[in-house]
Amino acid sequence: MENHVIEMLNIRKEFPGIVANDNITIQLKKGEIHALLGENGAGKSTLMNVLFGLYQPEKGEIKVKGKKVNITDPNVANDLGIGMVHQHFMLVDTFTVTQNIILGHEPKKFGFIDLKKAEKEVADLSERYGLKVDPYAKIRDISVGMQQRVEILKTLYRGAEVLILDEPTAVLTPQEIEELIKILKSLVNEGISIILITHKLKEIMEVCDRCTVIRKGQGIGTVNVAETSTDELASLMVGREVSFTTEKQDANPGKTVLSVKDLRVKDNRKVEMVKGLNLDVKAGEIVGIAGVDGNGQSELIEAITGLKSIESGSIFLNDKEITNLSPRKVTQSGVSHIPQDRHKFGLVLDFPIGENMVLQSYYQKPFSKNGILSFNNIYDKAKRLIEEYDVRTPSEYTKARALSGGNQQKAIIAREVDRSPDLIIAAQPTRGLDVGAIEFIHKKLIEERDKGRAVLLISFELDEVMNVSDRIAVMFDGNIIANVLPQETNEQELGLLMAGSNQAKEGAQ
Amino acid sequence: MFSNRMFNLLVPIISVLLGLIAGAIIMLSFGYNPIDGYIALWNGAFGSPYFFGETIRQVTPYILTGLAIAFAFKTGLFNIGAEGQVIVGWLAAVWIGTTVDAPMFIHLPLALIAAAVAGGLWGFIPGLLKAKLGVHEVIITIMMNYIALYVSNGIIRDVLTDSKDSTDTIKESAALSANWIMELTSYSRLHYGIIVALAAAVFMWFLLEKTTTGYELRSVGLNKHASEYAGMSVSKNIILAMVISGGFAGLAGAMEGLGTFGYMPTHSAFTNIGFDGIAVALLGGNNAFGVILAALLFGVLKIGALNMPTVAGVPSELVEIVIALIIFFVGSSYIIRWALLRLKKEGN
Ligand SMILES: Nc1ncnc2c1ncn2[C@@H]1O[C@H](COP(=O)(O)OP(=O)(O)OP(=O)(O)O)[C@@H](O)[C@H]1O
Ligand SMILES: [Mg+2]
Repeated sequence: MENHVIEMLNIRKEFPGIVANDNITIQLKKGEIHALLGENGAGKSTLMNVLFGLYQPEKGEIKVKGKKVNITDPNVANDLGIGMVHQHFMLVDTFTVTQNIILGHEPKKFGFIDLKKAEKEVADLSERYGLKVDPYAKIRDISVGMQQRVEILKTLYRGAEVLILDEPTAVLTPQEIEELIKILKSLVNEGISIILITHKLKEIMEVCDRCTVIRKGQGIGTVNVAETSTDELASLMVGREVSFTTEKQDANPGKTVLSVKDLRVKDNRKVEMVKGLNLDVKAGEIVGIAGVDGNGQSELIEAITGLKSIESGSIFLNDKEITNLSPRKVTQSGVSHIPQDRHKFGLVLDFPIGENMVLQSYYQKPFSKNGILSFNNIYDKAKRLIEEYDVRTPSEYTKARALSGGNQQKAIIAREVDRSPDLIIAAQPTRGLDVGAIEFIHKKLIEERDKGRAVLLISFELDEVMNVSDRIAVMFDGNIIANVLPQETNEQELGLLMAGSNQAKEGAQ
Repeated sequence: MFSNRMFNLLVPIISVLLGLIAGAIIMLSFGYNPIDGYIALWNGAFGSPYFFGETIRQVTPYILTGLAIAFAFKTGLFNIGAEGQVIVGWLAAVWIGTTVDAPMFIHLPLALIAAAVAGGLWGFIPGLLKAKLGVHEVIITIMMNYIALYVSNGIIRDVLTDSKDSTDTIKESAALSANWIMELTSYSRLHYGIIVALAAAVFMWFLLEKTTTGYELRSVGLNKHASEYAGMSVSKNIILAMVISGGFAGLAGAMEGLGTFGYMPTHSAFTNIGFDGIAVALLGGNNAFGVILAALLFGVLKIGALNMPTVAGVPSELVEIVIALIIFFVGSSYIIRWALLRLKKEGN
């Protein structure tokens, strides 16, 4: 008999109006990294939440080390050595790393929390697995990548032998992903078994031993990664062939739509992040901004969209100045914005998905007449968008919160693209999307380009920038330090440029 | 087993039941008969036209302050200042009611509007400070409560009267009370105000759920960042929410000034109508219809309690304890929710 640490057999989980998991089986061997693959809304997070005790399955059984168990809540999961890092982190911002890790499991001395001891333990654990986490830092001061490691440490601190990671790489930069992969490998060497949810097939090929595929809530099967290919994985998961390179005609740029001149922007800490940047985007072209996170991309977007006031410089849209206009005015002048952080900016999670579809246009006809909302028109519109963009949701009345991460993103994209703006700003538009959805979104962006719209794409994903853009602007330290054409460059050169190696040569300020 | 909606209904009902049971246990342990006590309570609230009239009268301002707090909550704000807004609303209503000469169809609405405007202004100040300077509304509204209390006492003593501790009675043309209602209810102080309160509840529901303005207010309450991203003005909505919330509370003051009392005495302490509104809003789930039911419950408890000492010998302090216990159980509804979820799990 094989040595399985976890077996989930024929699991079924229903939500009102939807079967999220139907007869799914997944078996995790000791010391393996097991990928869980499926489209957005296929039921991956749900299945893992069942294993972690957050949901109770309607049918099926769970075995831990061959023994049948009943995981009624996360504490039981903890006791069984199962730890989970969720798609969206659950950390207390104002606490330190150590305080977050021990939360609920505080070591005590004379009835008081023994923080010293905890800090030492955290430092030791971090050392042992090469996590390089500072036990004393506050969560709000550390990067997303670090926060994720804190989540991993939290599970290890609680004695996890099985680690569930729900789309850990979706929020990371390519550099951070490489480091995470190293960490995962060292965890496995220490005897920990990992279930990894990811949409990135390359990652599966690189680190995973086996891969279980689910499609629309159904278990499709488990394959050995060594015996498969990305093409096979993609077609298993989507149920059809998927093309990875996006087909597109050459761009046919028209007049300048967006023109940014000598822009300077400070971030919230009053540090200058955009330092005299110039950028033009023409009608009918997609300009991709390549760059490592934190080089001023967010500030650039916020300045254009009116979310942040600028220090100096000017921004023009179709030759009309939009510098420092309010977000409402910027939207009205024809700008759409797919925000990088969909939970913070993109959606009101407790609104139904239908109401989210009119977040910028609720006050306009036909959604509002004389200040009264017309819910018929709002929900008609939502229904149409949901169908057109294949947003998988039980209905347009479902709260946005209940949608799977990828489907939330599709809803935002539907809303933004459908407004037929002159300029679409897409920040990480395919983060957390499955390959099929990525293909779809890329097609949509190119379609919009072909309709004569200007598209500004910001992505940390080199593949995406290379595939979709007609022109690539490399951003480093608050400036565009190089303009390159995708057909004349390669990932290596881009990588070097992104690290700022061009700076001296070009003599940029 | 339970749908979400059922859940939201069950939690307050169970809270109330637990509060009543706890109250019964306390009565028992002090040697009183809880059944007699609760019968006296019931009769004290509904047993005669007079009691019924008094109960509804008490419910009226509770609905309005409950709405005030609930409205602010829906927009993500905690308006502890309803108390002060009640006081300034009361004062404004009585001021107009005593000094202006006009036919009723002008005078009464004018007095009501004055109360709402005064309350709204009292909400505007903390709203403005919150929106522009980020000062927490709880701190400012608490301070505004004291300012309202002492300023209104000063105005009554030195501006509206000559060092008296109460204003004159308002003119007939500004009164919410009506003889036929009083006669019908054996001379209780019931007045037309209940219609104002119910209309206010409908207004709140309509504004929040059906209008563009309400959409913005709810959106800002749930996610400021997304609202800003979508082009709404977060500060404008914070201020607007506080003004409307204050307006409701100001109207509650008008109920006292134009209805129940017909004048305004100086107050040595807070009226508590505003503070009780917090509990009403909480019990009513911050929902306009829920607030009406919760206000009814509070009115029944408050007025019915007056009957308990005389009929059942139970001290009215005990009723205060029962009310406190109900609030406690509502406040800890998390525990009830958790217990229900447990039940639900085992049910499957
Ligand atoms: N709490 C919930 N209530 C109702 N429906 C839910 C809930 N959670 C998930 N669902 C639904 O169950 C289905 C599966 O969702 P799940 O989050 O498991 O997908 P996923 O595979 O993790 O997708 P993604 O890759 O986009 O994160 C979706 O259709 C989703 O709308
Ligand atoms: Mg998921």
